[in-house]
Amino acid sequence: MNVAVAKTGNGRAVSDLFASAAGRLPGSPSVIAVRREAFETYERLGLPHRRIEEWKYTDLRALVGEVLPLAAAPDAAALKRAADAVKAHAIAGARKLVLVDGVFAADLSDLKALGSEVSVKTLREVLENKANPAAADLLQTISSDAVISLNAAMATDGVVISVADGAQPSAPVQLIHVATASSASSFTRSHLRIGKGARATIIESFVAAGKTSAYQVNDAVILAVGDNADAAHIRLMDDSPDAVNITSQFVTVGANTKLNFFNMTTGAAVSRLQGFITLAGEGSELSVNGVNLLQKTEHGDTTLVVDHAVPNCVSREVFRAVIDDRAHSVFQGRIIVRPDAQKTDGKMMIRALLLSDEAEADNKPELEIFADDVSCGHGATAGALDDSLLFYLKARGLPEKQAQALLIQAFVGEAIEQIADDDLREHVIGIAERWLERRQ
Amino acid sequence: MALLEVKDLKVRVEEREILHGLTLTVNEGEIHAIMGPNGSGKSTLSHVIAGKPGYEVTDGEILFKGEDLLAMAPNERAAKGVFLAFQYPVEIPGVSTMNFLRTALNAQRKARGESEYSTPDFLKKVREVSKSLNIPQDMLKRGVNVGFSGGEKKRNEVLQMALFEPSLCILDEMDSGLDIDALRIAADGVNALHSPKRAMVVITHYQRLLNYIVPDIVHVMSKGRVVKSGGKELALELEASGYAQFEDAA
Ligand SMILES: Nc1ncnc2c1ncn2[C@@H]1O[C@H](COP(=O)(O)OP(=O)(O)OP(=O)(O)O)[C@@H](O)[C@H]1O
Ligand SMILES: [Mg+2]
Repeated sequence: MNVAVAKTGNGRAVSDLFASAAGRLPGSPSVIAVRREAFETYERLGLPHRRIEEWKYTDLRALVGEVLPLAAAPDAAALKRAADAVKAHAIAGARKLVLVDGVFAADLSDLKALGSEVSVKTLREVLENKANPAAADLLQTISSDAVISLNAAMATDGVVISVADGAQPSAPVQLIHVATASSASSFTRSHLRIGKGARATIIESFVAAGKTSAYQVNDAVILAVGDNADAAHIRLMDDSPDAVNITSQFVTVGANTKLNFFNMTTGAAVSRLQGFITLAGEGSELSVNGVNLLQKTEHGDTTLVVDHAVPNCVSREVFRAVIDDRAHSVFQGRIIVRPDAQKTDGKMMIRALLLSDEAEADNKPELEIFADDVSCGHGATAGALDDSLLFYLKARGLPEKQAQALLIQAFVGEAIEQIADDDLREHVIGIAERWLERRQ
Repeated sequence: MALLEVKDLKVRVEEREILHGLTLTVNEGEIHAIMGPNGSGKSTLSHVIAGKPGYEVTDGEILFKGEDLLAMAPNERAAKGVFLAFQYPVEIPGVSTMNFLRTALNAQRKARGESEYSTPDFLKKVREVSKSLNIPQDMLKRGVNVGFSGGEKKRNEVLQMALFEPSLCILDEMDSGLDIDALRIAADGVNALHSPKRAMVVITHYQRLLNYIVPDIVHVMSKGRVVKSGGKELALELEASGYAQFEDAA
């Protein structure tokens, strides 16, 4: 946390972080007031630490220490570097929307190609629209979590996407977050809406341009999936190995809807994905697949709360962590079944593969069940690669690392195979393969 | 020329000596059979040759084409041409047989400085070999040995042998779990590989297999040693009289 404090006009103490960003934060005075309030909440709470139950395994005070100053808006040189990164990380066939250092980059995006079924605005545009009295709602903090308050206060931009009711866009949307500014932080917030009866895939990629290092990302996503929809939401966090990525997601799922959520963490020194998914309409199916691939001293935390608020929904969660060197993986999965949510079918399985004696896994599945007619279960395992399988592969000519790679791919394959789209699945496998190549 | 020379080999597993000074020489082009009672150390010998961890060689040496085999990692041994068809092949869920075969074959070729197979060439080769061994194509799409019957697992071992074209093939109880037809098909596969440069070591309990794969030399192992070697008639003798006569010799 940045502790230097400045006095503002009205005499209240506001730290440099917020004060010096003032000119960069879009919004009418009423929006700025909401930001200020959110920042004060953040200041009061400070970065989360281990004495806060939800953050027990991911003590940001110890792991991150301070929030870096806001990244400058990207100049032409930054956008050029970003363009190269976009090229390297774009998924074949997807429509790109690009945020560079927390600022929407129209020139790098495929706005035109999206067509009328998918409307896209920038968060900035919505917040600056004085005619919209509800603009400030886009900065809701939703929970009392300090990183979410910080995000509301500091969000410079993001996208507001709406897939029209009944629309079936032929191409997925890929939202690419590119970092070009080292030792700086960016704050983004996006609102995604998938209309009733729509069928759509939205991918989020987090990447660095070239050797951009030691940056911090704080992202928030608010996703609403309407009734009778069929949606895939894929998040691929491949930030630079010394970056910090803290992402909060709030998802509501309507009735008779299918949502496949997939997250893969292959980057960042410290990362946390916290997701809060509410099944708000009956008859829906939620599939959540998470993969953490961690090496060196990386710390990767995936914390997901699946809230069965209504009866007759199915949720399936599969988590796989591969942990090398002295890395630390955290999976916290909570399934809440509300009193009304009879006939809930919720299952969660967490498996961690430890590739070194110093690798660490904290797996914490939790069930909070308030209904009596439900079928819920969870399991968690942690272990090393099977020596007899490794030997079999080596006896057939595979060198140690290659034999390990094959078994690691098989281990995470179960989660990756849930991705239906071939190009997308190949892209994800490619990221995992590059992670394997980085192992030493 | 001697392909494999095992000299006075002593091996321990978990502080217990299993092989007590075993000597065996296999020349190019020869077919050897090793027979012997349960627990006499046949699989242990094959594992030590393949490089399985957990075995401590306390004395003796193993030369392969004149080189110190024990100094090589298992994958180096495979690339040099050592192949062990396991008595109990493991199942590897999530790794398709096809992907495994290609990765392994190309890893061996790369280690020998040979070019990797292109996808069409590889597919053609696998198709040929699997057809001759009566292995259906859809079996190759499944995880390695996953859900294979005992006999299918053994056939998959022979398939790999045919694909990798090793110079030393050790078959550890290839015949166990095979029905009579499968046994003949697998034995035909093995015989097809027989060449003046390639040697086979066939570990078996049953003389029947040796009707199909006819050995030049039969060894009797007992209590961690080779206690008798002879021609193929030795196998018939064993079938008639059992191992009791050798228990004392060991
Ligand atoms: N990992 C191990 N730990 C302890 N003892 C072992 C281990 N592996 C083998 N042994 C012992 O070594 C001896 C030789 O075993 P091995 O499997 O080599 O026999 P074998 O001749 O192949 O028998 P079979 O005909 O039943 O296959 C046996 O007494 C066995 O119990
Ligand atoms: Mg045996």
